[in-house]
Amino acid sequence: MGTPLLELRGINKSFGPVQVLRDVAFTVHPGEVTALVGDNGAGKSTLVKCIGGIYPIDSGEYLMEGKQVHVHNPRDAASHGVEIVYQDLALCDNLDIVQNMFLGREKKSGMILDEPTMEQLAQQTLAGLSVRTVKSVRQQVASLSGGQRQTVAIAKAVLWNSKLVILDEPTAALGVAQTQQVLELVRRLADNGLAVVLISHNMNDVFAVSDRIAALYLGRMAAQVKTSDVTHSQVVELITSGRSGTLGLVEEGAAA
Amino acid sequence: MSATTTNPYETGEKAAVPAKDDGGLWGYLRGYGQRVRGGDMGALPAVLGMLVLTVVFSAARPSFLTPLNFANLLTQAGPIVVLGMGLVFVLLLGEIDLSAGFASGVCAAVLAIMLTTHGFPWYVGVAAAIATGVVIGLLLGFLVAKVGIPSFVVTLAGFLAFQGTVLWLLDEGTNISVRNEVIISLENEFMPPAVGWGLGALTVLGFAATQLIQQRNRRRRGLPALLWQVVTFRVVGLAVLVGVAVAVLNEERSRNALFSLKGVPIVVPVIGVLLLVWTFVLRRTAFGRHIYAVGGNREAARRAGIAVDRIRISAFVICSAMAAVSGILAASMARSVDPNTGGSNVLLYGVAAAVIGGTSLFGGKGRVLDAVLGGLVITMIINGMGLVGWSSAYKYVATGIVLLLAASVDAFSRRRSAASS
Ligand SMILES: Nc1ncnc2c1ncn2[C@@H]1O[C@H](COP(=O)(O)OP(=O)(O)O)[C@@H](O)[C@H]1O
Ligand SMILES: [Mg+2]
Repeated sequence: MGTPLLELRGINKSFGPVQVLRDVAFTVHPGEVTALVGDNGAGKSTLVKCIGGIYPIDSGEYLMEGKQVHVHNPRDAASHGVEIVYQDLALCDNLDIVQNMFLGREKKSGMILDEPTMEQLAQQTLAGLSVRTVKSVRQQVASLSGGQRQTVAIAKAVLWNSKLVILDEPTAALGVAQTQQVLELVRRLADNGLAVVLISHNMNDVFAVSDRIAALYLGRMAAQVKTSDVTHSQVVELITSGRSGTLGLVEEGAAA
Repeated sequence: MSATTTNPYETGEKAAVPAKDDGGLWGYLRGYGQRVRGGDMGALPAVLGMLVLTVVFSAARPSFLTPLNFANLLTQAGPIVVLGMGLVFVLLLGEIDLSAGFASGVCAAVLAIMLTTHGFPWYVGVAAAIATGVVIGLLLGFLVAKVGIPSFVVTLAGFLAFQGTVLWLLDEGTNISVRNEVIISLENEFMPPAVGWGLGALTVLGFAATQLIQQRNRRRRGLPALLWQVVTFRVVGLAVLVGVAVAVLNEERSRNALFSLKGVPIVVPVIGVLLLVWTFVLRRTAFGRHIYAVGGNREAARRAGIAVDRIRISAFVICSAMAAVSGILAASMARSVDPNTGGSNVLLYGVAAAVIGGTSLFGGKGRVLDAVLGGLVITMIINGMGLVGWSSAYKYVATGIVLLLAASVDAFSRRRSAASS
């Protein structure tokens, strides 16, 4: 395996007195879907927000393609090709699909918004992802279904030559058919060469699309394994107790 | 982003959406009907309101529907419309500026002092008044965006403080008259008929040209474009509207044979230019797009890398600067500034103008044009009730009810659009 696209080492993050992330290591490879799993409150969303520059990390190393980088805000992350599709979808209901996809990074000619170019690029991106469920890219986002909104959010993330797309529970609020569509989309992203991180609570989803699994347990990285090397129950054990047989965290105070 | 940005997904086999609007004219009309039923009523309530008010008031007082009263209506609407335009920016963010009325009073007082007390030329007075508005807006915006006080509280405090400031500037209540001819002409003079026709033609041609260029560009790129029937309807509609208005305003309104009174009020092109500039800013620039985004979902805007605080402060600055322009028009109309300039129900009228026109009190939805349409509705009510001879008691109650009605339409359409998604 070549150099990982993203490598985190010894990440710590506290909110006031509460330490949410503890010495977290995390690697993500291009062309793969890495599932990030963990119980509620394990720190998955926080880790993702640290990667995306929403929260500054307290200490630790952040490497992209083997080189250390400094990410202080979402723009920094974006400039390194990191795009995040948040659990609470960051879309503006009062704007249409094109406006949302280019929000904050509008194409302009002079000082005027270049609407035709943006509309074309948005269409091409959706078409490239084989999305056929959206009627018009000039629809207001408020009028879209949950799956369509998720699709728009993902399309927004891949519009920018992104190298790493992180999805925080993209299927949590979706029905069966829409979940299937989104998972197919996720797989397609990785097959197109992107590195994808998928946060999910659903073991079926995780085993259906992921190449690797990283399990967080109470703010610590319990294990990072190949999906083909583990079983459902081992992953569930990692999630619930932080260890499974030889995998996982070593008992506090034991062997050192 | 530079032009070198390539899209890794450009190789899509099939377009995600049909390249052309199919369904023809009927499809378009059906779409419009659906939007209205879905709660997106646009200018419809304001236009219907104007029609109903015209019918009712001209039945009660034939003098309502005369060229003289039409000209009066437009000049009366000036300060309200301009104040409403500024408020649209703040309302788009889901904020409110309760101090905009008295802010316009403060700026008008500054204008009067510069012109009458110190004898500066008009442009210095205007610049000072607008600069005062900008400073007020910076202060309000800072307190809201950086300190984090709700705009309702900040501007309620401003409402009181600016009322006091006007009193202080006017030495506890003396009134300062404004005699500068340029300022007075804004609300009291009219353009020569030929100039009215010229500007009217320019407006229609300019509108037609931008529409045609836009649609041609879209067609060329293979994007769905508006049907030519719709474009023609818009252009012809505007031409008829402008044509009739200019023709009526160019009629002789003087009942005295010794002097002539005709032409389009000067304030009309002033409002036209403000409408054009702010509409361009809101619809065609990234700044405008970001105002909508912050109003629609502040957190999404923040995550998209938009400088949310700067956008919020700018909206308050624009609002207070427009309040200054509104104050200048009010001073022009009254030919003086007194402690009540910008006071009593001026703010209410401004907010009502924006909301009646279709700007939402919940943020994220609104246009500068709304303030023009809604401002005309409000002015028709004030003007009509005046002609009918209603007392202030009735006028206040009626205006309050109209504002509530508009707010209900807003709340209703919001519920409708939430339900239809
Ligand atoms: N902004 C915040 N301030 C304080 N505590 C937070 C904040 N965000 C998350 N936390 C805490 O951090 C822990 C991990 O949260 P989160 O990352 O959302 O977990 P997950 O996404 O794995 O369910 C939780 O205990 C949560 O209460
Ligand atoms: Mg979470």
